[in-house]
Amino acid sequence: MKVTVKLFASFRTGRFDIEAVDYPVGTTVADVADGLKLPRTELGIMMINNRHVKLERVLVEGDTLALFPLLGGG
Amino acid sequence: MGTLPIFVRDHAESQLLSWQRQVEAADRFGVTLAQVEGVALERGILPARYQRNRKALSVTDQLALFHSCVAVIGCGGLGGYVVEELARLGVGRIVIIDPDLFEEHNLNRQLFSTPANLGHSKVEAAVTRVGQINPAVTLVPAQTAFSSKNGAELLHGCLVAVDALDSIQVRLELADVCAGLNIPLVHGAIAGWYGHVTTQYPGDDTLQSIYRSWKGGKGVEEKLGNPSFTPALVASLEVAEVCKLLTGHGTPLRGRQLMIDLFSMEMHVLNIHEGNRETA
Repeated sequence: MKVTVKLFASFRTGRFDIEAVDYPVGTTVADVADGLKLPRTELGIMMINNRHVKLERVLVEGDTLALFPLLGGG
Repeated sequence: MGTLPIFVRDHAESQLLSWQRQVEAADRFGVTLAQVEGVALERGILPARYQRNRKALSVTDQLALFHSCVAVIGCGGLGGYVVEELARLGVGRIVIIDPDLFEEHNLNRQLFSTPANLGHSKVEAAVTRVGQINPAVTLVPAQTAFSSKNGAELLHGCLVAVDALDSIQVRLELADVCAGLNIPLVHGAIAGWYGHVTTQYPGDDTLQSIYRSWKGGKGVEEKLGNPSFTPALVASLEVAEVCKLLTGHGTPLRGRQLMIDLFSMEMHVLNIHEGNRETA
């Protein structure tokens, strides 16, 4: 199934801004993050089709997944 | 010799009271510069130092700022700029909370740090700075670490809290304290070229939502550091939010999170309303 993955801020470094990716049915947000070598501890906002989701959420054909890193500095 | 209100009225030109006259009035009547400012504003006379605020803020707005107390939690990269801008804007009372002393690695971005005050208290540096730029502002320093234990006491009487912390754990405690006190919290966070800003209103669980995937420790700032321009920008956005909350004008970032990427020069506003979240 085709999913659009959008990366933001530091997640783009060495990866991409936006890409259409083929994933097997049943792929979760966690699987995508792991596949892109995004450390779990760095994951901040995660959205599918502009709605906030959790790591366990299963993607479906045509979804757009957006991943932002966790920012905590001041 | 007259009274302070008459002095202020007689020495205002085009409804503006010059700094020189404000100082003269404080000396002559044995009152503080803040008291002179209050007397002037209550009579529709603007201290001349705020004249460039006038097209953006009415004298009534300026009076509301004068009567406001704002807490700034953290006096580092964000907090220094936040305090500077609140004081120049004319917020009457600012509580600044930070336990730390300046270290050399602060010099690239923290507004109040100088080679001369390394090893000195950050909140005391804020007192010195505000005394120089706007002595009519009352700055209340608290050289202590904010926590859920002392938070309600530290924020007592404040209308708005500004998050300038560098710890997600303490931010979540601050959000709880603000909820308990029924006051809004302006939240900002930074890392490298990136930052975000939002405002949590009483009854909203905005920070819990933003940091829902946090399991402990720091964010990506540990890897990305903090250059000079990101805190300056995010602090300014936070102060703009405070100004709107205190004057009741404009549209704050309630239920919206402004994401800033200065490396790609992109800004995005995310909808973080509760209805926009997956609960399962």
